[in-house]
Amino acid sequence: MDFLNALVALTNFVMIPAVAYGSQLALGALGVTLIYSILRFSNFAHGDTMAFGTMMTILVTWLLQSWGVSFGPLPTALLALPFGILATMALVLVTDRTVYRFYRDQKAKPVVFVMVSLGVMFMMNGLVRFIIGPGDQRFADGERFIIKARAFKEMTGLREGLAIKTTQGITVVTAVVVVALLFWFLNRTRTGKSMRAYSDNEDLALLSGINPERVVMYTWLIVATLATIAGVLYGLDKSFKPFTYFQLLLPIFAAAIVGGLGSPQGAIAGGFIIAFSEVTITYAWKKVIRYIMPDNLDPDGLVQLLSTDYKFAVSFAILIIVLLFKPTGLFKGKSV
Amino acid sequence: MTDTMKHSLMFVAVGALILLEGLTDWSFFSGSWNSSLVILNMGLISAIMALGVNLQWGFAGLFNVGIMGFTALGGLAVVLTATPPTPGAWSAGGPGVLMAMVMGALTVVSAVAVIRVMPKGSLRSLVVVSILVVGFFIYRALFDPSIGAIEDISPAISGNLGGLGWPVILSWPVGGLLAAGAAWLIGKTALGLRSDYLAIATLGIAEIIIAILKNEDWLSRGVKNVVGLPRPVPYEVDLQNDPAYVEWFASFGLDPVLGSTLYVKLGYALLFTVVLVVLLWMAQMALKSPWGRMMRAIRDNEVAAEAMGKHVTKRHLQIFVLGSAICGIAGAMMTTLDGQLTPGTYNPLRFTFLIWVMVIVGGSGNNFGSVLGGFLIWFLWIKVEPMSLELITLLTSWMSEDSILRTHLMENAAHMRLFTMGLILLLVLRFSPRGLIPEK
Repeated sequence: MDFLNALVALTNFVMIPAVAYGSQLALGALGVTLIYSILRFSNFAHGDTMAFGTMMTILVTWLLQSWGVSFGPLPTALLALPFGILATMALVLVTDRTVYRFYRDQKAKPVVFVMVSLGVMFMMNGLVRFIIGPGDQRFADGERFIIKARAFKEMTGLREGLAIKTTQGITVVTAVVVVALLFWFLNRTRTGKSMRAYSDNEDLALLSGINPERVVMYTWLIVATLATIAGVLYGLDKSFKPFTYFQLLLPIFAAAIVGGLGSPQGAIAGGFIIAFSEVTITYAWKKVIRYIMPDNLDPDGLVQLLSTDYKFAVSFAILIIVLLFKPTGLFKGKSV
Repeated sequence: MTDTMKHSLMFVAVGALILLEGLTDWSFFSGSWNSSLVILNMGLISAIMALGVNLQWGFAGLFNVGIMGFTALGGLAVVLTATPPTPGAWSAGGPGVLMAMVMGALTVVSAVAVIRVMPKGSLRSLVVVSILVVGFFIYRALFDPSIGAIEDISPAISGNLGGLGWPVILSWPVGGLLAAGAAWLIGKTALGLRSDYLAIATLGIAEIIIAILKNEDWLSRGVKNVVGLPRPVPYEVDLQNDPAYVEWFASFGLDPVLGSTLYVKLGYALLFTVVLVVLLWMAQMALKSPWGRMMRAIRDNEVAAEAMGKHVTKRHLQIFVLGSAICGIAGAMMTTLDGQLTPGTYNPLRFTFLIWVMVIVGGSGNNFGSVLGGFLIWFLWIKVEPMSLELITLLTSWMSEDSILRTHLMENAAHMRLFTMGLILLLVLRFSPRGLIPEK
């Protein structure tokens, strides 16, 4: 019986990774949900938008590194992030002008928009692979840990170590700041209010003189920012690979739908729900249980409910359960 | 020019492209009959997949992006029917696995029954959760030792259950059945959701099916792959050792190696063509029948169709199962053609979204359109790579040979194919949204 060690092991292997992953998913899901509430379609190209933003950030990071610029203990990528965001903004605005606007003028059905976003997804995916290649890129530099496992053990005298990676710390701090700014923007500024009005009732918003093209433009700008930040944080924490980013689409959509598509609060809650369930269900609990159970009840196996490769299954199962019992999501989202 | 003329000409044009691949080595064509037949064979399979998707999307407006999963199930069917059974595997773990499956099914069924019977409330939730938890542990307790026993049997060459040892052609309908079964389960839960929810749901299910194939070594050997699957056509080596065939090839002026490979590939092409023609005929008949009209009526206005007494959800389930079964058949054919099941190579861009490009470019709602789209897009998918290489060579010809930019562009030219597919899809959606051969 050793609750303290069990708690530390739990925090180290479950809580911290899940909080970091959840923040990344939440930022991604916020982008999906914003597109859904303003432009009213599920954007399949979101994963690849994230990949594009991350790629541009990586390219600028490399450039800065070659000039010898660094950000002290923090990753250089944070310095490059604004440039990545600007490039992504340019990309999504061009995409909107050349592709989506035509269908908006036609008042096309949502499913047509989804098809179109499939085309955009292909093109962005091809573009990213063409520029940076399909391989794995690690671009985190600077200090690797905030607390190292060994330092923690020496400090506390516990058997279990607690390690917090710099990237995990940055992820959580950035996510909090970005979400706070986003909610301030949506609730307090004139543009944010017009966006919410447009999302609630398009006709009424048009009647009150809101310019729809402006609302759409701001939405894309915000989505580009969110997508790039989410992508860069994920890439710093794990690594960047175009195909992985494409696959992130599934947990991100699950998060947005579980929370309620169209609801920003829901997207954040959904992100953490998905992240925590993925991590807890695929984690081998042996280490934690060993400390709380009496010695003679030591578990034989790894006490892992499902192997890690089934993490998609977890996000998916939650998605299905929520859709069956609460189709609008936990926070009442839109259901068009 | 009548429409029929125009559409026939399109087919002739795509046929000519595939023929040119064999005839000439000008520009991006390779001038090899082998490569031409490879494109033809995969084109036939792609056309069948596109038919299946067209059934769901074109007839009924169901947005299914889980095609990859059904294709992979078809592939699994080949392993489960055509490979010889692994000696001792069934006696070692078969009953345990079956018992585990039964217990798993019982758990789900009893949970559903409790939800139906008991009144809503916290007691019901508690009972359901405890049934599921207890059921899961019983399932794992039965399942884990059995699969361990199966995987321990000569893991280097088998380590899986093996199959029934039936002729491989039979695995095609079995693939269809397997995919249909999965589609029924999925349709029961996910149909009736909004169109983009259905899309996300199917996308997720496809990933789960692939995850199962990759991880359940006792079933499909996972990432260790199943190789050397039986073939419906003779082996090249046997033909080369048979003097009668060698003489026959010589009469066409072919050496035995080339002759035998072409003979085998033509054999596949013939088999696939038969399947395609049968399925196309069936799809055409379905489209013209009252059933097809009803489907399109439901697609165009669900509310009106429901008011006319049509059971929309049931009909959707029906067509979802049928379309997925066709994808399963195509998946089994593809695995037969490859001669191996490699779960690691299934990728949604290639196996789901590319099929969608085929259907949209060809013309959704038109069976011939899907077939045309299948051939055309598959040809481009293969040929965009050499095309973009040519293009980049041309565009960068003014740069020096060892320029970094040039080498980078040359190395990554292969990735232009995704970009091009997206561009084609967007152009078609913009300028000809009904596709090359529109629905009548």
